[in-house]
Amino acid sequence: MVKVLDGLRGYGLIVGMWFRSTLAYRASFLLTTLGNAITSWLEFAGILIIFSHVDQLGGFSVGEVALMYATASCSLGLADLFLGNMDQLGARVRDGSVDTMLIRPVPLFAQVAADRFVLRRVGRIVQGLLVLGWALAQLRPGWSVLEYALLAGVIVCGAAIFGALWALGGAFQFWAQDAAQVQNSVTYGGNRLLQYPPTIYGTELVRGVTYVVPLAFVNWVPLLRLLDRDDPLGLPGWVDFLSPLVAVVMCALTALLWRVGVRSYRSTGS
Amino acid sequence: MDGMAASDGMDGTDGMDGTRGTVAGGDELIVLEELEKVFRVRRRAGRFRRTRSEVRAVNGISFTVRRGEMVGYIGPNGAGKSTTIKMLTGILTPSGGRLRVAGIDPQHERTRLARRIGVVFGQRTTLWWDLPLRDSYALVRRMYRVPQARFRENLERCVELLDLAELLEVPVRQLSLGQRMRGDIAAALLHDPEVLYLDEPTIGLDVISKAKVRSFLRELNAERGTTVLLTTHDLTDIEQLCRRVMVIDHGRLMYDGGLPGLYEAGAGERQLVVDLEREQPPISVEGARTVRVEGPRQWLAFPAKASAAPLVARVAADYPLLDLSLREPDIEDVIARMYASGDGGGDGPRAAEVPVAG
Repeated sequence: MVKVLDGLRGYGLIVGMWFRSTLAYRASFLLTTLGNAITSWLEFAGILIIFSHVDQLGGFSVGEVALMYATASCSLGLADLFLGNMDQLGARVRDGSVDTMLIRPVPLFAQVAADRFVLRRVGRIVQGLLVLGWALAQLRPGWSVLEYALLAGVIVCGAAIFGALWALGGAFQFWAQDAAQVQNSVTYGGNRLLQYPPTIYGTELVRGVTYVVPLAFVNWVPLLRLLDRDDPLGLPGWVDFLSPLVAVVMCALTALLWRVGVRSYRSTGS
Repeated sequence: MDGMAASDGMDGTDGMDGTRGTVAGGDELIVLEELEKVFRVRRRAGRFRRTRSEVRAVNGISFTVRRGEMVGYIGPNGAGKSTTIKMLTGILTPSGGRLRVAGIDPQHERTRLARRIGVVFGQRTTLWWDLPLRDSYALVRRMYRVPQARFRENLERCVELLDLAELLEVPVRQLSLGQRMRGDIAAALLHDPEVLYLDEPTIGLDVISKAKVRSFLRELNAERGTTVLLTTHDLTDIEQLCRRVMVIDHGRLMYDGGLPGLYEAGAGERQLVVDLEREQPPISVEGARTVRVEGPRQWLAFPAKASAAPLVARVAADYPLLDLSLREPDIEDVIARMYASGDGGGDGPRAAEVPVAG
């Protein structure tokens, strides 16, 4: 527990340093923030354009798809904000600068998570929340407090699953330093996948993201329950509530692999 | 099964001995016992085949460093110097042996150890590239939880002795190599570490920066009693700073003792290079042997301990001497000779040229 607090404190300190470092290049900060905002809004505009031609997509209305988009965006945004630079670990391992992290009195995980922190990633979360509001206004689902709480839970568990995937990819880079793109295809690619309802994809793909890389638990599985839809894989009803368990298992697995990774870190000759 | 039980028992005794040692002596800061690091290397052998081999970077090293010592850790490239330092700081996990720094096992309590040690890598900086030097120091204060008064005192001291006053507000990326090195050394000392590791602290520095760094380290060791362990290729670092030298090669400790003893152990030779007026048969002179002739230039080897003056006088008296220079054995050469003496003489020394007369 002390170690976790130490880690969080160290994380905060390093994030502060990176934040001030980005302010050394204000123009670049503003431009990339703007660029990111445009890209993510274009993504959502794509969905709206589809719905200007059809009323339903795989049996889902525009509000429902927007809800999927919003939850996936918020989850990925949170994970990206806090752990997004895990994919840079390979570069750090390759040039040996992990050495300088290992001599600081802060757990390595916290330092790698905070490495090259960029605040502009808040943008994705903000956009996700705006779309979420719009989707709920469209749907007017008449949910109770419990169901809204479940929705919040979906976002948090989704963020944990995305985060674990990022950290898992990061840990893997102790051995394979150029795995960053494989990892990005799972996380960013997974996000694109989850922005649309599962019914538009083939069953094999849906099986793959349920059993192999458990992305379906980020939003699909619990949202189908919230929207009173049938599961395309026909899984038993209790599976809809497994997201927290999946998140916990993923995080535990990541923690384990991370330890092994740090132990086998080889540094570079100097 | 019996074997396992026996080794368990031994481990138990080891632990107890260690504890007793620290309680009784209290001044053994760094203890290595048969420390090993083995790297498994995969090499390409053909288009798809890969061969695996083992590299013993550190191959059973044992030594003890007492509190307040200043030790030079030297050896050729790839000898295992940096690997040892990296195990001492907890960066690398040892493959075998036992290791304690200030009573802490670096592998298992790396972050706790980090508060008590300072590390400077000559080739790498811990400072924040885009921020003023002062910001990096402020981070150290908060990260290591250094009390404000203590921090101010330490910073003032470092700023004064390392000449940093003008640099505190400058972004690190704008500092020269020498300035950055001084900045890095200060950063490693703000939390009052008990031991300071320096990996090539003077690499790439000019003469003035080197002198500043050396005098600072000397003072740090004398006044604060900070234990210092440094690796270097620069013999002058060792000569000016360390009373004790450890030489390692191929992952083994070759020598552990004073600097004069090292020269004797290496049976070092200096070389006198003479330019004659014309080509001549090899010079024969007492106290030296001619090792090479190239046109009018000849190389004479003589023991490092002997004075060059009488030799120069003798050569000048008997031969038409135009010019001469003296080559000192460098540390790598002394080490090379330590090996050569083991298997019966080696080739001529690669030495730094020190001109004597012009």
